[in-house]
Amino acid sequence: MGRVFSGTALAAALAVLCLLGGVAVFLLSEGLPALTAGASELPGGKSFVDYAAPLAFGTVLAAAIAALVAVPLAVAVALFITHVAPPRLALTLGYLVDLLAAIPSIVYGLWGIFVLGPAAVPAMEWLQARLGFLPFFEGPASATGRTMLVAGLVLAVMILPIVSAVAREAFAQAPRRLQEGAQALGATRWETIRMSVLPFGRSSVISGAMLGLGRALGETMAVTIILSVSGAVSFNLISQANPSTIAANIALDFPESSGLAINALIATGLVLFAITMATNMAARAIIGRQAGAR
Amino acid sequence: MSRFRWLAVTVFAAGLALGVVACGSSESGSGAGSSSGGLSGEFAGAGSTAQQAAQEAWIAEFENANSGVTISYDPVGSGGGREQFIAGGTAYAGSDAALSTEEGELEKAEKRCAPGELIEVPDYISPIAIVYNLPGVEGLKLDPETLAKIFNQEIASWNDAAIAKDNPGVELPDTRITPVNRSDESGTTENFTEYLSEVVPSVWTHEVSGDWPVKGGEAASGTSGVVEAVSAGEGAIGYADASQAGELSVAKIKVGGEWAEPSAAAAAKVLEESPLDKELSPTRNVIAYELDRKTESSGTYPIVLTSYLVACSRYGSASEAEAVKSYLEYVVSPEGQELAARQAGSAPLSPALAQKVAPAIESIEAG
Amino acid sequence: MEGASELAVHARPQAAPLLSAGVGWRRRAVNTAMTVLIGGAFALAMIPLFSLLFEVAKRGIPGLSVEFFTSDARGVVGGGGAAHAIAGTLIITAVAAAISVPIGIMAAVYLNEYGTGRLRRGLTFFVDVMTGIPSIVAGLFAYALFELFLGPGIRLGVMGSVALSVLMVPIVIRSAEEVLKIVPDHLREAAHALGTPKWRIVTKVVLPTAFAGLVTGVMIAVARIVGETAPLLVTTGVVDSMNTDPFNGRMQNLAVYAYNEYRSPGVMKQAAYDHAWAAALTLIAIVMVLNVLARVIYRRYKTEIR
Repeated sequence: MGRVFSGTALAAALAVLCLLGGVAVFLLSEGLPALTAGASELPGGKSFVDYAAPLAFGTVLAAAIAALVAVPLAVAVALFITHVAPPRLALTLGYLVDLLAAIPSIVYGLWGIFVLGPAAVPAMEWLQARLGFLPFFEGPASATGRTMLVAGLVLAVMILPIVSAVAREAFAQAPRRLQEGAQALGATRWETIRMSVLPFGRSSVISGAMLGLGRALGETMAVTIILSVSGAVSFNLISQANPSTIAANIALDFPESSGLAINALIATGLVLFAITMATNMAARAIIGRQAGAR
Repeated sequence: MSRFRWLAVTVFAAGLALGVVACGSSESGSGAGSSSGGLSGEFAGAGSTAQQAAQEAWIAEFENANSGVTISYDPVGSGGGREQFIAGGTAYAGSDAALSTEEGELEKAEKRCAPGELIEVPDYISPIAIVYNLPGVEGLKLDPETLAKIFNQEIASWNDAAIAKDNPGVELPDTRITPVNRSDESGTTENFTEYLSEVVPSVWTHEVSGDWPVKGGEAASGTSGVVEAVSAGEGAIGYADASQAGELSVAKIKVGGEWAEPSAAAAAKVLEESPLDKELSPTRNVIAYELDRKTESSGTYPIVLTSYLVACSRYGSASEAEAVKSYLEYVVSPEGQELAARQAGSAPLSPALAQKVAPAIESIEAG
Repeated sequence: MEGASELAVHARPQAAPLLSAGVGWRRRAVNTAMTVLIGGAFALAMIPLFSLLFEVAKRGIPGLSVEFFTSDARGVVGGGGAAHAIAGTLIITAVAAAISVPIGIMAAVYLNEYGTGRLRRGLTFFVDVMTGIPSIVAGLFAYALFELFLGPGIRLGVMGSVALSVLMVPIVIRSAEEVLKIVPDHLREAAHALGTPKWRIVTKVVLPTAFAGLVTGVMIAVARIVGETAPLLVTTGVVDSMNTDPFNGRMQNLAVYAYNEYRSPGVMKQAAYDHAWAAALTLIAIVMVLNVLARVIYRRYKTEIR
């Protein structure tokens, strides 16, 4: 029986490997023709590097904004639910936050252009006026609000529930003995959290952040609908000229593409692969370093 | 262990119920039953999103009259539609561009249809309106050169002299112009840029393509996206399918000596006056037009999008051929074209054009 | 013995009065500041939620009707219902979950309890990288896979499920792995000391302890995919009629339906937009119901670690 069980687990692991490996094989075989093609054959007449670099930049920029906003917020939300709010409300509050994950990505996109974008225009104009010397807020501020900043914020809201749910699980399981011990020594609530709960949950928070980041890197529909895609590489967050992201670019161009152009799009998927791989390896390294903390 | 038992039972029961429903319904499901029109079968088309609303309307009406037939149209885009047709995955395709000789597309399509013949006809014509958002300014007039300069970002504000010249007596504010274009590759962009590069090549030096060539403007995804973006931004101007313009103000464009507005009749007239594209129409059932964008005749509006229907004259099964032929006949018929005009806002094929197109559809061998 | 230990819902330290005099004003101030900050963060997170729900409800309710839920759109121009889309979403999601959940959880069990060496490293690598896959690429992959065996132009409900599984599996595995890791080793060691074989340790000790967390992980994964449009656009196709067989023919679903109504509204623009928002509202309602179910299960089976 033991063999059957461990055999099933192994089989499942192999099945997943086949499935995900299959995707990798697909990306490689369909993307290769574009990687080896000359600049004249590719869409836009540029070499593949010139084609993919702005897309990679846009992808990372949008995801970075999303992560920088969402992860601290998600940690705070998780702490609130597990350690600050009255216990009876905890489940309901958790449910509310998880509701954010229930909302389809198209709705996020439409909310971005109908609600958040227009609402953000005055704020972006203020940013341009006061902080315009920073490359982030050079402007001119877009009239419709469909900017990299707004797209990043929408992505942040989208990944918040993922990071918060994982963090919540960890914080809720922080050993009570440690916490009670800290209190017995006279620690305030915040100090207890800081000393016993946060260190315990650190690796989970990072894992949750990686899940969220993965979602942000690969999000297609919301970015496609919101972002005004018409520029090259730029750190300007509030203008109408933004670089596209890899996923949005595939969604925007795939319908009308044929032949080598499709291979080029899939090759950009490979680039995204590489980006995700790099960020995850960095995260695993960070978690690995504190393996002893558990 | 017993705690989980009720959970396991519930999941199992749900799965069983779902399975019963699925099996039960598939009996009465898609298509095969006695039909009112005697036609039966299932086939699919795919392609242009511009044609989507029209295709949906045609399919709905046709299925109403022929309950034994199930048709589906996948709006995957013209490129995808042509590819799927060539690969044999669909019975017909909708395409914003005629099959080209690049990468041997035309030959491949002919090969797919062999031993039958390739059929390609225009079935959907739609004017492209220049929409703008400038409160207080109605009936803006723009000549092609000004239009090109605006979209090329050479004119930056609304009270520029070039615009004022054609709009005497109109008070133009000094708002910044925000040109809005399509972020996705689209037939609308291709047709608009084709117009600009043919009529004012000195200003518009970019290559014609489905991807908007000018960087730095406001880009939106889809026709609805452009319309929403123009509505949201004061001082915005964009190009979109006229049927979707809604409440937005539409600019008049100079054609010859007149100021033309986008209308179904004006769009259809352009096609009537245009010659066949000889290179892309090698056989008698392939009717591809080379639109005369530089036309100056009265009553025309040259910024139009023409979308094509691609099919074969012979199909695998007789019943499929019959059903496809019947559907396509409906699509190009006056009733079908009127329906599309009502539901999708397109320009119906003019009678002269319909006469040219009908024999191509008739050539489908059925029964 | 620790006194009356109620299984509290979650860990929440009470302020200890033991040495209150010793807590200086500075530490108290920091405590208050952080509490306010944390509370404020939660309030901030609630703003977009309520804004979103409000907007969807405001725009979606006009589109709801009995017809919306009971009839499909076959033969009706610019009207009709979305019953075919609702059925499609439920079926496609159920099949995707049926594929992903067992495989995902067992794979996580393998990674956490049994795995060693190259297979473990390889699998971890792939799972990590796949969390970032764009949804449209998952769709293209599923399409290419089925095209290989069934020829071009094929469109099936189950293709959509496969595409969604590609997206779900990494999330299920990653979150399950985290939850399994949190189960303390001393529980495993105690069972081992009693002579329990490994497989029983996993099934009787580890999995039940982690059960509630696993349910949460599955819920996150399901919520992630239920509103996905891009992969389904290229796999399940668009169709007006009801089809409940995932292995035969095209199947409509709420996300693609909403997207289509928005993108190509035709002349009756407002009616189409109403349909799109109503479909979005229905989608959210479906996930809410699933979430409630998950919460009920969570509450019943939550075990706390001392």
